[in-house]
Amino acid sequence: MADAGTAISIDRVVKRYGSFTALHGITLEVGADEFFTLLGPSGCGKTTLLRAIAGFDDVTEGEIRLYGQNIANLPPHKRPVNTVFQHYALFPHMTVTENIMFGALRLGWSRSDAEARAREVLSLVRLDSFADRKPGQLSGGQQQRVALARALAPRPKVLLLDEPLSALDLKLRQAVRAELKSLQRETGIAFVFVTHDQEEALTMSDRIAVMSAGRVQQVGTPREIYEAPTNRFVADFIGETNLIEVEVKRVSDGRAEVVLPGGHITQCAAASQSHAGTGHISLRPERLTLCPAEAGDLGARVESLIYLGTDIQVWARLPDNERLILRVQNAGSIALPAVGQEIGIKIEADAARLLVD
Amino acid sequence: MAAAAPGGASTSSRIYRGNVLRLIGPSWVIIGIFLLIPVILTVVYSFLTKEFRGGVQWTPTLAAYDQFFFDRGLFGDEPPRIEWTYLGIFWRSVWQAASATLLCLVIGFPTAWFIATRDPRQRATWLFMITIPYWVNLLIRTVSMKFLIRDEGPLNSLLMWTGITDAPLGLINTNFAVQLGLFYSYLPFMVLPIYAAVERYDFSLSEAAADLYSGMWTTLRLVILPTVRPGIIAGCILVFIPSLGAFLAPDLLGGAKTFMIGSLIEEQFKGAAGNWPFGSAVATILMTIIMAVLLVYARAQGKESK
Ligand SMILES: Nc1ncnc2c1ncn2[C@@H]1O[C@H](COP(=O)(O)OP(=O)(O)OP(=O)(O)O)[C@@H](O)[C@H]1O
Ligand SMILES: [Mg+2]
Repeated sequence: MADAGTAISIDRVVKRYGSFTALHGITLEVGADEFFTLLGPSGCGKTTLLRAIAGFDDVTEGEIRLYGQNIANLPPHKRPVNTVFQHYALFPHMTVTENIMFGALRLGWSRSDAEARAREVLSLVRLDSFADRKPGQLSGGQQQRVALARALAPRPKVLLLDEPLSALDLKLRQAVRAELKSLQRETGIAFVFVTHDQEEALTMSDRIAVMSAGRVQQVGTPREIYEAPTNRFVADFIGETNLIEVEVKRVSDGRAEVVLPGGHITQCAAASQSHAGTGHISLRPERLTLCPAEAGDLGARVESLIYLGTDIQVWARLPDNERLILRVQNAGSIALPAVGQEIGIKIEADAARLLVD
Repeated sequence: MAAAAPGGASTSSRIYRGNVLRLIGPSWVIIGIFLLIPVILTVVYSFLTKEFRGGVQWTPTLAAYDQFFFDRGLFGDEPPRIEWTYLGIFWRSVWQAASATLLCLVIGFPTAWFIATRDPRQRATWLFMITIPYWVNLLIRTVSMKFLIRDEGPLNSLLMWTGITDAPLGLINTNFAVQLGLFYSYLPFMVLPIYAAVERYDFSLSEAAADLYSGMWTTLRLVILPTVRPGIIAGCILVFIPSLGAFLAPDLLGGAKTFMIGSLIEEQFKGAAGNWPFGSAVATILMTIIMAVLLVYARAQGKESK
């Protein structure tokens, strides 16, 4: 039985190109009104997974279901899914309006309905005055918005977006980000959004799947991903962090007791599959504070200070020569240490997290 | 003497202009010798008087055009009457050339598509294979075609031997034989420009079309054909124009019934029965029509791309 709340379920999907395996058994569920993001570095298989959902490529093994229906044998033009392509793929011989009407007309809408819908989505992406241009007469960012409008126009059940904001400048990207998010809420359909920009993923998504080398590393809300990464890859990929090697004494009930470099013993949260022995903890730079040398959980020597405007980064070396980065708010009243000075570092409660290697 | 000229810019642009003349000069000479002079000669000859046994007399006259268009001439006492013989030949030639072009398109498009979608390394081989027959002279190829399709030839023998037919098809000396000959003569002119267009075609457009609910044939009609249209039109022009003026295929494969303009012109310059001014006039009329069609097409293209 299909769960009414699940738009897409991806079940142990494997994709091989010859001897190269691009997807190693991906299992994911996307909710019916969810903004779901696939996040990962270049080449990790995001586009491959999206193309498998859209139907452009067959999967080697596994199953993809759309609202409970196995779509393996459905060609792309029969899947109620629309794609915003990474390189737009707008029809060069058609005007913007004709591009946008294309899908609806193929579905058998009347010309007047399709035209009305085209006007509607054009104003949604703020391109009303460009209706009669050809794609070649638009900037990259405008083309991207046309691609978005074209995919939205036939009211798909699921919208797939392959890095749709990559060609926009910072200001426009931020604006379109907010728009996309509210668009998703208004339309109430599932968005599967691909990006390698972690900030984009954190700000827009209901849930994120972090991918690396054809595997899903972690699935969770932005907050879970950021604050409770399960393994080293996720902690490192999302935001800035310090990965410190520690001696793990005990793990139980999601808590661990670890020995920090320098000998201090501390309690911290532990990822579910972590175990005793040598391990790594993640320390977010903004969750560390400076204190006098003897008073800290860690001792270090200041190497350099980097001015970032609102923040100041302090780069320091631990006794075992590992680098540690702290972020201090530029509050005016703070006393910054001098380069070469020995400092103490206090780890805020719950700021450390033991990871799976 | 003054050292440097103050107007440096104008000096250099004068030098530049001189260079340009020297650079484009040779191409003008070539265009002049091989294009303009023959065309001008043809036009001029069409207005001269016919000399017995070929050649011309330098007396201007409209006799050649009169002969082409009018049965009872403009200059007689009775009202003029249209001469249908030559217009009929014209019409038949246009029809034959158009059929051959269509045949080339129907076969050439899938061929070009097939080649352009092969592995890049294989494409060169396929293109090479398409051009191999063209290493042989057109006359010899056309004669071979005649040999192949005549009633006692290998094609009919094979068909009869396998029992598909029990009498020769009687292909030779028909319009179809001429079209087949023209098709075989000019197929690469269709394949190559279409190949070039398809090779540049962005296949993600086909994916986008499929994503937007269009099946294979709809995608072909609404996305692929419009995008590769310049290649198709170039191919059609390149096949249609030489087919219109062809005389080898009609002479060898068509027999007397399928007389075309090319043969008509050819005849006027052959032997004692020839009539140079008339041949020139027919050629001039043919050129004028082709130029007019091309101009109209260029206009339409220019307007569309604006
Ligand atoms: N047709 C193909 N044949 C062989 N390998 C392929 C093919 N398509 C993709 N790959 C490989 O599969 C892997 C995943 O590619 P994919 O395009 O999904 O990456 P991506 O995560 O979308 O990266 P990006 O962020 O750069 O777009 C890459 O290593 C790529 O080289
Ligand atoms: Mg990609």
